[in-house]
This record gives sequence, structure tokens and C-alpha cells, in this order.
Amino acid sequence: MAITGLPLAVHPTSASSSETLTSADVARIRQDFPALHQMVHGQPLVYLDNAATSQKPRSVLDAIDHYYAEDCANVHRGVHLLSQRASDSFDAARQKVQRFLGAAHSKEIIFTRGATESINLVAATYGRKNICAGDEVLITAMEHHSNIVPWQMLCDEKGATLRVAPITTSGELIIEEFERLLTPRTKLAAISHISNALGTVNPIAHMIEMAHRKNVPVLVDGAQAVPHAAVNVQALDCDFYAFSGHKLYGPTGIGVLYGKAKLLEAMPPYQGGGDMIRTVSFTKTTYNSLPYKFEAGTPDIAGVIGLGAAIDYVNAIGLDRIAAYEHQLLEYATQRVSPLPGLRIIGTAREKAGLVSFVMDGVHPHDLGTIMDRQGVAVRAGHHCAMPVMELFGLAGTTRASFAFYNTLEEVDTLVAAIQKAREVFGQ
Amino acid sequence: MNELENLYQELIVDHSKNPRNFGKLEPHDHEATGYNPLCGDKVTVFLQMENEVVKNVQFHGVGCAISTASASLMTERLKGKSQADAEKLFTEFHGLVTQGTADAAAQERLGKLQAFSGLREFPMRVKCATLAWHTFRAAMRGEEPDISVE
Repeated sequence: MAITGLPLAVHPTSASSSETLTSADVARIRQDFPALHQMVHGQPLVYLDNAATSQKPRSVLDAIDHYYAEDCANVHRGVHLLSQRASDSFDAARQKVQRFLGAAHSKEIIFTRGATESINLVAATYGRKNICAGDEVLITAMEHHSNIVPWQMLCDEKGATLRVAPITTSGELIIEEFERLLTPRTKLAAISHISNALGTVNPIAHMIEMAHRKNVPVLVDGAQAVPHAAVNVQALDCDFYAFSGHKLYGPTGIGVLYGKAKLLEAMPPYQGGGDMIRTVSFTKTTYNSLPYKFEAGTPDIAGVIGLGAAIDYVNAIGLDRIAAYEHQLLEYATQRVSPLPGLRIIGTAREKAGLVSFVMDGVHPHDLGTIMDRQGVAVRAGHHCAMPVMELFGLAGTTRASFAFYNTLEEVDTLVAAIQKAREVFGQ
Repeated sequence: MNELENLYQELIVDHSKNPRNFGKLEPHDHEATGYNPLCGDKVTVFLQMENEVVKNVQFHGVGCAISTASASLMTERLKGKSQADAEKLFTEFHGLVTQGTADAAAQERLGKLQAFSGLREFPMRVKCATLAWHTFRAAMRGEEPDISVE
């Protein structure tokens, strides 16, 4: 996948010198994912709903199991051995995330429940402090609800205005409009790295540069990007970067907010409780340093450790090879799916991630989804938590096949056969 | 694949492509709109009641094949039914799509609606078929439709 404005991977690649994954590599990789080897409705599972959530490799499941079976203790509290082991694994995972994102310090990595909470955290702290009546927050027309609603809530509360940079009919951001909407009133830009509904890869390095020229800080919603492309937050110079563990082959319920230390330090805390304090009395509480200031209460320790294992897994394959292979899957799927009669692909940006969102004349996405499910093919049908995008295209929803590095070209063939079956059912 | 063919049988596909009693009913004295936020299906049901009898019923909206066919077949079945009979039919249809059961008398009353019995194999699609029915009942009772109950 060619991604504009992204630095080269900072990740070690695996021993193989190949620039992509061979079918033998993929066959080996598939052995690591227990959930892939099952029958659904009597058919082998073809899992093409990776943009919703990804399957988990055995190493992630083992890491979670190991924590609960051997090291189960609270972190940063006990003086006993189990607490020490749990704390060591927990802290090591934060450093893995730091290296994964290319952040300058591990204290810039805040653990949250997911990208959604990461964005809400910024809205509730940075946003409440810095955005006032008459100010503006700038987003794009291709955002997921999680990067719309927190800003809407904030703007309502503050009397600020939400501005939306428009996109073209192919699903690309109109960059001149984005630039035009950056005004002295703009106090924050919140943009998706990759669109979950359309697959569009935004030129975020360029957008961040434009925003910074106008002194506007930028939050990047990277939920769809980190599993598929190498990200370096220092090279991008983004102010905040949010992602979820579960789309990165890690567990659900764990996510990350990266923030520049300078910004995080000036922000008020998010939630109050244990761990986020230095001293507490009934008259005055002083807050802990970063990152703990933003992590009240016992964290999702198993989730954090599982996320660390997922990052290890992805690094061992190499994000560059993953991106190259997923691009092959995308090209093959586009080539096979687009000639089907009555079918229209929604989202045809030049820079696109590995997903194909489509509609078919006379067949509603939900019926298509049900018919495909009965053939073992798991896809997403609906509005993809991006109702404004659907409205823009005049659609109630689409059917979306989204790929991961464990998918095969043969599975794309099964996808095509499943679509053809749906056409037969509806006599199209 | 038999389950699929049972669900998307000819009758249902036909009613989804060519819905009967489709469009706004004028005049009407009862109306309600049901919306399923999970999938975006939306249906408005218009009623003309006379002496507690459904004199006429029409619908419009957007939805999948199951929800459109269900609304279409529902309107055909409801015309001329008393309010009490319509309530009973609601309960019987609900039982049919959630449990797949209907006694002989209920089967008789359901008639063509029995085509939806295959839905019990597709629990995630039950709401598609019941949306129109919940909306109809809400219109008749003058209530807000509630489809969160399935």
C-alpha cells in the first residue's frame, strides 16, 4: 500500500528478504490464528470483517492467559513478586507501544479503552480547557462517529462550531477546502488517518503541516491505520494519535492515546481515582506525573500485556510486508469485484487501504450480508458507524469486505462467488 | 443453503421487489414511523380505522428485502381485521418469527405470513421482519414504536 506522507517503517522486518508475503508465509501465519480454522454454517470461515475487529494470534491469547494464570496481581502497588512481574510486563508493553509509534517518551503513551475513549479523553480535557465560545473544531466528512460525536458534544457545551472539510465522490478529501477551513478560530483539527467506510488514506503529514502553519494542533484517529501501515508520530509531528488494540490483532477493551508530552502535561486530568494522584487529602489533591495522571484506577492489565504481544507479532512479520501484501489483496479484490453486473464500489480514492465497500442494484446490504454469511463469508453490512458518509453517497449502507494479512487470494474468490450467489437469490 | 432458500423464497423476494400497498395513504387517521438505528431501516405505516376495524393500511420506507416484504405482506393481511384480531395476529406473527411456532389455528390466521417461519434460523434478522408490525401496532394504539424488545 502506497501511503503518501508516511515515513518508512521503523520496524524490524522478519528474517525473510521478501518485500511481501508469499502464499507459504500466509499459510504459516494462518496457523497462528485459532479462530480462522472453523466451519460456519457448514462452510469454512472466510473472515473479511477485519476493519470491525481482527482475529487474535495464539501468542496474544497466551500472553493474556499467562498473566491471569501466573502473574495475576495489581500493578505499581504491591511489594510482592507477582505484582512485580505484572508491573514489569505492563511497563514493557508501554515501551513496545512507544517504539511502535515512534514516540519520544513512553510517558506519552496513555492506555485507554480504545480509540473512542482516547478521542473522548482529548475532548474532555484538552478540549474543555482550550476551546471556548466562538471557536471551531475542524473534522472531515469521512470521519467515524467516534471522531464526530465527542467534538459535537464539546461544541454544544462550549458554544463552539464544528466545521467539516468536504470530500469528493471518489471519497478523497478536498485538501484546498481543508486548508481554507483552517482559520484563526480553529482550535483543533481531528482527522482520520484511514477511513473505515471508504478505505481512503488521507495525506495526514501534509494536513498536519498545513494545520501547524496556522498553529492548529492535530488529533489523528489511527484506528484503521496502525494495523496496516507503519506510523511514526514524531515524523508526522501529530499532536495526538489514537488507536484501538483489537483492530491490531490485540484484545478488545484496550486502546492508546499518544500525546506530545508538553500538551499532556498542561492538560487537566481525565478521571479521578487511584493511580492518577500523588497525594490526597480532603482539602487538596496533587496529581501524578505522566502517563499516570490520565490512568485512574486499576488498568486493563491483561489487555495491555495482550496488546504488547500483538505488537510483537506484527513487528515479527513487518508492517511493510503486511502493507505490500494487503495491497495485493486489495488490487485483486477490486479487479474481481468491480466487473460484477449491477455492482458499484463506494470509495475509489487513489490511496486506499485494504477494504472494498460496495452496493449492488436490487440487493440490500443486509440481505447480501446474510446470504454471504451462509456461505461462510463474514463481512460488514450497514452504515459502518459513518452515517454522514452514507448520507453523502445517498445510501442507507454498504457491504464491506476488509482484509488482513491472513486473508488469501482464494478467499477473495469465495467472496466473489458469494456475491454471485446473492444475485441468483434475487434473480438479478 | 436450504435455510437461505427457505428465507428468501419466491413470495418474499417478490414482495420485496414489488411491495403492495406502498405509498402514503390519503386520507389516514393513524400514522407511526419505526426506525432501526442498527441497520437504518425505516418504515412509516398509515392507517384508516373505522369502528375499530382496519379499513385501509399502507406503508412507505426503506429497508432490506425482509423488512420490505414483511411490511407488504402485513398490509395485505391486516385489511378488514378488527383491532382485537390485529393485536392477536401481531402476537402470533411474533411467535412465528422468534420461536418458529404456530398452532393449526394460528397457521390458518397467518396464511401467507407463514413464509417468514424460516427466520427462526436467522436470529439477527428477526427485527427486520418485526419492524413493520411494531410500527403498525404503535400507529393503531397511538404509541411510539418500540423495537428494542426483540
